[in-house]
Amino acid sequence: MATEKYYVPESSPWPLAASVGLFMTAVGGAHFIQQSTAPDKFEGSWGMPLFFFGLATLWLVIAIWWRDTIKESVGGLHSKQLGISYRQGMLWFIFSEVMFFGAFFGALFYTRWLIVPWLGGAGSNAMTHELLWPDFQAMWPLIKTPDGTTTQAMGAWGLPAINTAILLTSSITLTIAHHALLEGKRGKLIGFQAATVLLGAIFLGLQAWEYHHAYVEMGLTLHAGIYGSLFFLLTGFHGAHVTIGTIFLFVTLLRVIKGHFDAENNFAWEAGAWYWHFVDVVWLFLFVVVYWL
Amino acid sequence: MSTAAAAHDDHHHHAPTGLKRWLFSTNHKDIGTLYLWFSFIMFLVGGLLAMVIRTELLEPGMQFVDPEFFNQMTTVHGLAMVFGAVMPGFVGFANWMIPLMIGAPDMALPRMNNWSFWILPFAFLILLSSVFMSAFGAGHPSAPNFGWTFYAPLSTEYGPASTDLFILSVHMMGISSIMGAINVIVTVFNLRAPGMTLMKMPLFVWTWLITAFLLIAVMPVLAGAVTMMLTDRHFGTSFFSAAGGGDPVLFQHVFWFFGHPEVYIMILPAFGIVSSIIPTFARKQLFGYASMVYATASIALLSFVVWAHHMFTVGMPLAGTLFFMYMTMLISVPTGVKVFNWVATMWRGSMTFELPMKWAIAFVILFTCGGLSGLMLAITPVDFQYHDTYFVVAHFHYVLVTGAVFSMFAAAYYWLPKWSGVMPNKLLGELHFWSSLLSVNLLFFPMHFVGLAGMPRRYADYALQFADYNFWISIGGFWFGLSQLFFLAVCLLCAMKKGEKAAARPWDGAEGLEWEVPSPAPFHTFETPPVVK
Repeated sequence: MATEKYYVPESSPWPLAASVGLFMTAVGGAHFIQQSTAPDKFEGSWGMPLFFFGLATLWLVIAIWWRDTIKESVGGLHSKQLGISYRQGMLWFIFSEVMFFGAFFGALFYTRWLIVPWLGGAGSNAMTHELLWPDFQAMWPLIKTPDGTTTQAMGAWGLPAINTAILLTSSITLTIAHHALLEGKRGKLIGFQAATVLLGAIFLGLQAWEYHHAYVEMGLTLHAGIYGSLFFLLTGFHGAHVTIGTIFLFVTLLRVIKGHFDAENNFAWEAGAWYWHFVDVVWLFLFVVVYWL
Repeated sequence: MSTAAAAHDDHHHHAPTGLKRWLFSTNHKDIGTLYLWFSFIMFLVGGLLAMVIRTELLEPGMQFVDPEFFNQMTTVHGLAMVFGAVMPGFVGFANWMIPLMIGAPDMALPRMNNWSFWILPFAFLILLSSVFMSAFGAGHPSAPNFGWTFYAPLSTEYGPASTDLFILSVHMMGISSIMGAINVIVTVFNLRAPGMTLMKMPLFVWTWLITAFLLIAVMPVLAGAVTMMLTDRHFGTSFFSAAGGGDPVLFQHVFWFFGHPEVYIMILPAFGIVSSIIPTFARKQLFGYASMVYATASIALLSFVVWAHHMFTVGMPLAGTLFFMYMTMLISVPTGVKVFNWVATMWRGSMTFELPMKWAIAFVILFTCGGLSGLMLAITPVDFQYHDTYFVVAHFHYVLVTGAVFSMFAAAYYWLPKWSGVMPNKLLGELHFWSSLLSVNLLFFPMHFVGLAGMPRRYADYALQFADYNFWISIGGFWFGLSQLFFLAVCLLCAMKKGEKAAARPWDGAEGLEWEVPSPAPFHTFETPPVVK
């Protein structure tokens, strides 16, 4: 256990400011959602501007807060022990993200294994089936809901397979960049990290294209019953995480160019890499259980 | 780095003053104090809502509020107590005591610590504003009215407009809890003083370590549940709608996968507190330290596989029912180990009964009552009778009020000397204890009887045969509520430093690093780690 003096930061206004930003985002967001989905009831709402103002405040404050942290790090104030605290904190944060996705994967499995068969009369539910929706047929993907909404299922071997290849490749390029960082090979590091960011952006572009295709040509929407609900929330939250991860890697790329990291002092870089690998693993699960099986 | 930092660069020990000290704090003691006051205020707010409930139920028939408003009271009472009073209260104790107990200079991530706190008042501003609007606003728009468990479709198809504010405030509470829990885990794993091995840590630290793990594991699941609610409400998804191929019961599964570990999040730190206090006043080492650690971990792990015991009457396959019934009953084994160890610690101890010990003993006895009624509820066929009656209300108030809340009173009386430097006022403390002890049993014990006789929970009215019991339950409720004013007085006196000066070790059987520092604990402690032998 380290006995060196521990770095305790002086008081800081950013946590409170970030809370105010979060507060405006939440109040504005609730109002904005109501306004945009039921415009007749909520006219002249201040929800949307407040939401975006809150969000901007939140991001601005966090950026300043992290700038402080970076200054402290570059200024040599951080101890080795603080690096360990940051790393452990990041790992537990990723664990919390795993559990967040777990809720939606859990909903997927419960739907596939229990709800849909039961609605189709399985187990002791013959009467439920007979009385509620006698024409309903259990199947997965559920392309016809009990109330008769139809849609098409998204196949696995077109664009999703290409996206899988892209994310797997990005994991490899990132690992090469990681080795380059540890070996102090700057050129290689910058090249491969830039390639990773680019692959992330391509993935997002293809995902947007897929959504467009789903909405316009396949009738696969959020309104298309439980299959559409699960499809869009699982892939949508994954996409949001890819977006965050891409921004994360882009920021650490800029910091690499500025010379912030070396083989010893590289928490933010590694945190971004861990986050990227986490997002990658979530995609593999998604590909198998949402698209393929 | 704030401006205060620049002014005091060479005076690292100088404490910031004024409003900035509290608003911009990075000090675990100040943030702990903020959490504790916040928790106490929420306890009083949640208590006021409970008073409205008990006023309406004082007599059969409708007297004071309409049923719609009554539903909002039961809902927000539960939410304020669970997310506003009990959880932040324990986080406050964790903030104050964990660094002191393990010889750390502060929490591992002090700025994030402050963020965890400051999110909470805003989250509750959002939630409570809808109650305020419902009571006093134009047109009386409804506050959340679906019970603290916010089951679909009550909260989706039928939820009032304020449900969306509620959803986002739950998201904020979740962010706060997850960051707070990450901080606790990292502090415990990374900032222990040399020689403070894991199996030397005080049990309060152990129980909080495990609690923090539970928080990180289940708060995101709650976030998932409310997100599905939001998209079902506004974006056309069908998670909780059978017509679209979903299922309202799915909500209950997701909710209780969070909800049952949540119950242990609210009781494991209490176990840690009581395990600290009883050895002090029995003047003996804790009996079975290692078994306490393993029992806590077992309870935490089992908490992930018992959730559907909240849903026996909803219907599930027989194999599922049996699985959840047996797993639930299994939890009584590690819990029994704990109660046994507390009693064994007291056995042939040189006991004295100062205020913290009184609360701790009341905890052991009354929490065990709540545990035993829980065992009754675990038995599926019997639960069919008890489900959603006042028996359930009695059960969870015994574990949460005489369990979690009593442990927090015990902890407050135990550590107030360390925090404030003065002893809590004895007379007011005794009045608080005896008044609370008698009233809380008058309040909750008869609920077992009316529950077994079939009185359903969450109704604004009841059948005539329950009138006498409900009258006394309400009297107990008002009495218990008023008793807390004694505690408010105790806290205010300590905050104003009025009272007998406290020694560094005010309890003569007390052991642990927190008693090595002066009372009140200086602004910064253990900047150079102590060596634990």
